[in-house]
Amino acid sequence: MAIIKTEHLTHCYSHGTPFEKTAVKDINLEIDEGELVGVIGHTGSGKSTLIQHLNGLLKPDSGKVYIDGTDIFESKEILQKTRFKVGLVFQYPEYQLFEETVEKDIAFGPRNLGMSEDEIKAAVTHAMESVGLSDKYRHKSPFELSGGQKRRVAIAGVIAMRPKVLILDEPTAGLDPKGRDRILSLIESYHRSEKNTVLLVSHSMEDIAKYASKVLVMNQGTVFSYGTVEETFSRAEEIEKIGLSVPQVTKLFDMLSKSGYEINEHVYDLDRAEKLLMQLISQKGGKRRAE
Amino acid sequence: MDKLIQFQHVSFEYTGDEEGKASVPVLHHVDLAIRQGEFVAVLGHNGSGKSTLAKHINAILRPTDGVVYVEGIDTSDDEMVFEIRQRVGMVFQNPDNQLVATVVEEDVAFGLENLGIAPAEIRRRVDGALHDVGMYDFREHAPHQLSGGQKQRVAIAGIIAMNPKCIVLDEPTAMLDPRGRQEVLKTIRRLNQEHGTTVVFITHFMDEAVSADRVIVVDDGKILMDSTPQEVFRHVEKLKAVGLDVPQVTELAYKLRKNGIPISDDILTVPDFVQAFQKIMEA
Amino acid sequence: MLSDITIGQFFPGKSVVHRMDPRMKLILIVAFIVVLFVVRNAFSFLLLTLCLGIIFAIAKIPGKAIWRGVKPILPLILFTAILNIFFVDGNTLVSFWIFRITDAGLKTAALMAIRIVLLIVGSSLLTYTTSPIALTDAIERLFKPLKVIHFPVHEMAMMMTIALRFIPTLLEETDKIMSAQKARGADLETGGILKRAKALIPILIPLFVSAFRRAEELALAMECRCYRGGEGRTRMKQLHLSTLDWISGSIVALVFVIAIIMNLFLPGTL
Repeated sequence: MAIIKTEHLTHCYSHGTPFEKTAVKDINLEIDEGELVGVIGHTGSGKSTLIQHLNGLLKPDSGKVYIDGTDIFESKEILQKTRFKVGLVFQYPEYQLFEETVEKDIAFGPRNLGMSEDEIKAAVTHAMESVGLSDKYRHKSPFELSGGQKRRVAIAGVIAMRPKVLILDEPTAGLDPKGRDRILSLIESYHRSEKNTVLLVSHSMEDIAKYASKVLVMNQGTVFSYGTVEETFSRAEEIEKIGLSVPQVTKLFDMLSKSGYEINEHVYDLDRAEKLLMQLISQKGGKRRAE
Repeated sequence: MDKLIQFQHVSFEYTGDEEGKASVPVLHHVDLAIRQGEFVAVLGHNGSGKSTLAKHINAILRPTDGVVYVEGIDTSDDEMVFEIRQRVGMVFQNPDNQLVATVVEEDVAFGLENLGIAPAEIRRRVDGALHDVGMYDFREHAPHQLSGGQKQRVAIAGIIAMNPKCIVLDEPTAMLDPRGRQEVLKTIRRLNQEHGTTVVFITHFMDEAVSADRVIVVDDGKILMDSTPQEVFRHVEKLKAVGLDVPQVTELAYKLRKNGIPISDDILTVPDFVQAFQKIMEA
Repeated sequence: MLSDITIGQFFPGKSVVHRMDPRMKLILIVAFIVVLFVVRNAFSFLLLTLCLGIIFAIAKIPGKAIWRGVKPILPLILFTAILNIFFVDGNTLVSFWIFRITDAGLKTAALMAIRIVLLIVGSSLLTYTTSPIALTDAIERLFKPLKVIHFPVHEMAMMMTIALRFIPTLLEETDKIMSAQKARGADLETGGILKRAKALIPILIPLFVSAFRRAEELALAMECRCYRGGEGRTRMKQLHLSTLDWISGSIVALVFVIAIIMNLFLPGTL
């Protein structure tokens, strides 16, 4: 069964003013449990609006949102439960840190959830492990940490609520390549060990190609496509037409196939690219020997 | 005397004036010369010292040891601070935190007003700068109505209105989406090509460094590499070791070379690769 | 959303009133307030009201906006009026239990109500037709002479400008932080005062931290752009007192003089 399902989801901002703007319209989406979904789209494509509906922070103007088969706006209790079931990590989440210690800050969500002290402690430990923070940080002030560490604390604050769905809005924004790889690989291993659903909003096609199992492409408030990485990047030209980029290797293979090389698949990661090119080169060698 | 900026044996450490902090060395004996009109990309991971290096160029920071000259002026000379800042403008990472005024054109005028320039001349230069960055039509907008890329272009206009010899941009694209990054990069390139403005572009996006005249890689407060992009990106492993990326095609070529394929080692773009690959296939 | 709140009550427009030099408008408003508290004559008030009405019509400010300005202070007006009605001594008109209403009481009540309403409506005319930045500018220039006594005129104006610049940014930020904490299960809507005040901590601390960080970065950016206080600073936009300003200023001043003369010679004093 789909863990996330939306039906005709539509949302406008600034209703009844001259600034009224439809942010998302008629979104019908089904995401299966256990996927790691990469979400891409321009600023203003509606992806931020969409993800804020999935944990009920925004209420649709029309349409429904189902999490685990339940309409999340059915009652206040369900809505409150949904907040914990669907964990949302905002952009630059380190700017929400406020407690004196890392431990207390991570415990904020679990405490609101009403967990017992023992449960909270276990949840904090588990969350800190998930984001690769060793125990020595537990009693440090989050404000003394480096940028990348702060961000991991903030992500741990959401993971500690043990959500079934974890949504991260550009978790690598502003980080350098090292910090970016660190966060992404942590998210991947968290996803693998918990087997829960993760939505990862990113501007980097390379990262999405590398980590995601499915890709959701948003454009102008609607779903442009939703499918596997391979399906998505097989539409490279269309994706570039709406102003998004594709991984550089995808572009390369496009160009190689246009230059007359026989390439029968869509390539989006480096390892595959290397293998294919080596094949091409050895075939050439083989041919020459045959001549 | 075409050396616009010159670092001679520059070292810098943050002194332990903040409580509980010992002095932290950031730059170690940096020697560097930047010529008028160059487009220099400075690459380095967070904490490598690249921002500290940049802040020495317009006398925000002064060397603990060694000298920095801007057009022959020593940046440690207190009297000359504003002379230096007029020659070297600086754009920062967060577009929201560097715009002062509530209206775009007033913000662009801010620096000129500080210099005490006559109103008519300010008007002329503000309009010119807004045209140069393609934001003239937005001159009466409030900053919060603009996108990140647009705000960054306004910040750039505020700097170029002061007719600087050099613009230092400290990770100006780090907080922008791909579209905003493109906007800013295009604007900067045009300024460099059409006005001959010297550009020092600090970034950790390697794709932005590819088109520079010169790439400087900073690591641990030292200059690790300083050469053309082709030359620098040839060292795939060295770059990865200091936490930096290379373009996918560069890495792919590197992998092929490791497999014994004699593909050239100065590939930075897709067309570069296709060309080199054809050579291999035709050989 | 918090960011929907408009800051200042400025109604952009191109009318004569909008185009007037903000300094002239500021001076006229101050004069208007003085006149308001000097005169006590019903006819004078009638004239002033008429004058305001005409200016509002010229500026094309909708009546609803005027009402919006007065509405929040209605309880205050009512309160002062009631105090005046019951507690000012004079010839008793009606009396019941321990209360008595006097003619002087009624008059004073009416006088105060009229003054407060006109005061509010008059000053809202200024903010409706003048952008906050123009107003800041006018204040800086008008108060320039105060520099002699070391009053930090430029600094005050700079602070106002920066505040205006950052209010939308900080509102947006507050919105974001609130959403983020709600996503961590923060409950901002229920409970007593104490619980709600406590619930604000996770919002306020990040907001302050961010505001200080912004302040630091902005200060650095300003220094990089050669900011060194008001000394030797010029302005791109010069304020000019045009013929239009002098003419409209004179007309309004004339109305004020007539109002004072009416107050001296006509019956109908409140």
